[in-house]
Amino acid sequence: MANEGVNQGRRRFLTATTAVVGGVGAIAAAIPFIKSWQPSARAKNAGAPVLADIAKVEQGQRITVKWRGQPVWIINRSPALLATLPLLKDRLRDPESQVEQQPNFAKNETRSYKDKPQWLVVIGICTHLGCSPDFVPEIKPEPFDPEWKGGFFCPCHKSRYDIAGRVFQGVPAPANLVVPPYKFVNDNQILIGEGAA
Amino acid sequence: MANFFANIAGWVNERAPGMMPMYRKHMTEYYAPKNFNFWYYFGSLALVVLVSQILTGIFLTMFYKPGAATAFDSVEYIMRDVEWGWLIRYMHSTGASMFFIVVFLHMFRGLIYGSYKKPRELVWLLGMLIFLVLMAEAFMGYVLPWGNMSFWGAKVIISLFGAIPWIGDTLVQWIMGDYNPADATLNRFFALHVVALPLVLLLLVVLHIAALHEVGSNNPDGVEIKKKKDPVTHIPLDGIAFHPYYTVKDLVGVGFFLIICAFIIFFQPTLGGWFLEYDNFIPANELVTPAEIKPVWYFTPYYAILRVIPSKGLGVLMLLLAVLAPFLIPWLDRGAVKSIRYRGRGFKIAIGIFVVAFFFLGTIGAGKTTEWIPELFGANADLTFIENAFGRTLTAIYFGFFIFLWVYTHFGYEKTKPVPERVTTHA
Repeated sequence: MANEGVNQGRRRFLTATTAVVGGVGAIAAAIPFIKSWQPSARAKNAGAPVLADIAKVEQGQRITVKWRGQPVWIINRSPALLATLPLLKDRLRDPESQVEQQPNFAKNETRSYKDKPQWLVVIGICTHLGCSPDFVPEIKPEPFDPEWKGGFFCPCHKSRYDIAGRVFQGVPAPANLVVPPYKFVNDNQILIGEGAA
Repeated sequence: MANFFANIAGWVNERAPGMMPMYRKHMTEYYAPKNFNFWYYFGSLALVVLVSQILTGIFLTMFYKPGAATAFDSVEYIMRDVEWGWLIRYMHSTGASMFFIVVFLHMFRGLIYGSYKKPRELVWLLGMLIFLVLMAEAFMGYVLPWGNMSFWGAKVIISLFGAIPWIGDTLVQWIMGDYNPADATLNRFFALHVVALPLVLLLLVVLHIAALHEVGSNNPDGVEIKKKKDPVTHIPLDGIAFHPYYTVKDLVGVGFFLIICAFIIFFQPTLGGWFLEYDNFIPANELVTPAEIKPVWYFTPYYAILRVIPSKGLGVLMLLLAVLAPFLIPWLDRGAVKSIRYRGRGFKIAIGIFVVAFFFLGTIGAGKTTEWIPELFGANADLTFIENAFGRTLTAIYFGFFIFLWVYTHFGYEKTKPVPERVTTHA
């Protein structure tokens, strides 16, 4: 039987179809293993929104809240600090917050809700390589910037941000600090992780 | 009694007749050039370190508990309460750095004697793959103690993947299995570090040696010893059996090497913060960044390239290229002469500058220049500017070496010396 002429066309067809079906099967079998690396239900649950009480945050003060394992800074900015924001325009990379680093409501100079400009809510992680910058709120000359107007200074690679978390030019960080989605539940409480995108 | 063992050997041979020929092919009848020098120690030393890492690693897993809540404490438990645990752990942590020292020297040997050239390109490529896997293995191993530098190092390195357009953020989350390096990250790194990557590493090492034994070893003269064989025995005239000649020679090297290792393990296990960073003796804290995040010394040259380039995307790309560029060396170097002994002056100078540039890139990546610049240029010097200028120059030199190598050899600028017919010895 084996010698009675081989049907090459059929043999090629069977080889090809077997390879294709086997390949599809292999890819399908890989999916569960790849998907197992996604954040688990527990991790997603732990990443749920966090309520922060801001009633006792004085002007010029900062509180840090943990959301998804990341430090979220809530800062009550004084009018003096807010007054510095328009002055820095020429020294910033993205003064109008055009790059997607914030919900739409914060796409402005103060990077906050328009009716509550004093409240800055940002994730306190440098957009360069994920360090946590220092809070340097005093308006006075600093070793890293003689014309410092208050803001954040990253000790890792010397990136600088102003008091709205906007990144300066000529530093390694590529973008402004991230503003997480958040909303005011009332005048004293902020819900971080939920709100207008 | 001798008869008894002979019988056993005979019994096995009858049932597995391919075993002794295999042993002979790779040991007693593998003919290596007789002029191996100091530089030829590092291949066998890498193997010794690999075995030591696997052995000490197995024992560490008996006491180590992966998990964000348990890892740091279990390492301290190994250090304080497990009998001789401190020794096993320091052997493993010192072994990691020694692995890179040995592998860097092994690669340097390949560069100066042209061991990557035809017909050994595959040996070089497999070696480079081993280097890549070793980097991943070392990085994940460094995360396991879950010290503060483990955590922040993991965060920085994983965030590099975020620079990939479109899929970056999803990829970062997928690698971490959370929104930050967390328990899930630590556990998967543990699995990769102790099971997956060692298996890959062992397979690659077997292939690396198999590929080498197909074509035969190069030597400090870059002469192909297989071209001159004894007409009767067909053994290369300049070849000697790997076993016993080179096993004995390598044992001497192993002896010296282990003395150095023992000194570090017993007297300087952190080596002044170079082998084990001080910040890693503090438990991981996701809200407090170490004053300076820097990788362990063997990653510092590549890290420096990332650090001095202002754009994140470009920096990551250059870092990747810096690691991958040596893969191309067999095709960039068109020179006919292998060994530095007979190569042109341009090659010797270039390789010298390349090594110096690589070293100083390392000092930038390790944050040493931020200490030196105020001393050299005064306290008011613009640190960032000087460091960037210095680092970018060195980065240009690093990549320039590869371009130079091609231009120099492809357009025939190299003036080589005549290569001898047989290997030279200084008897």
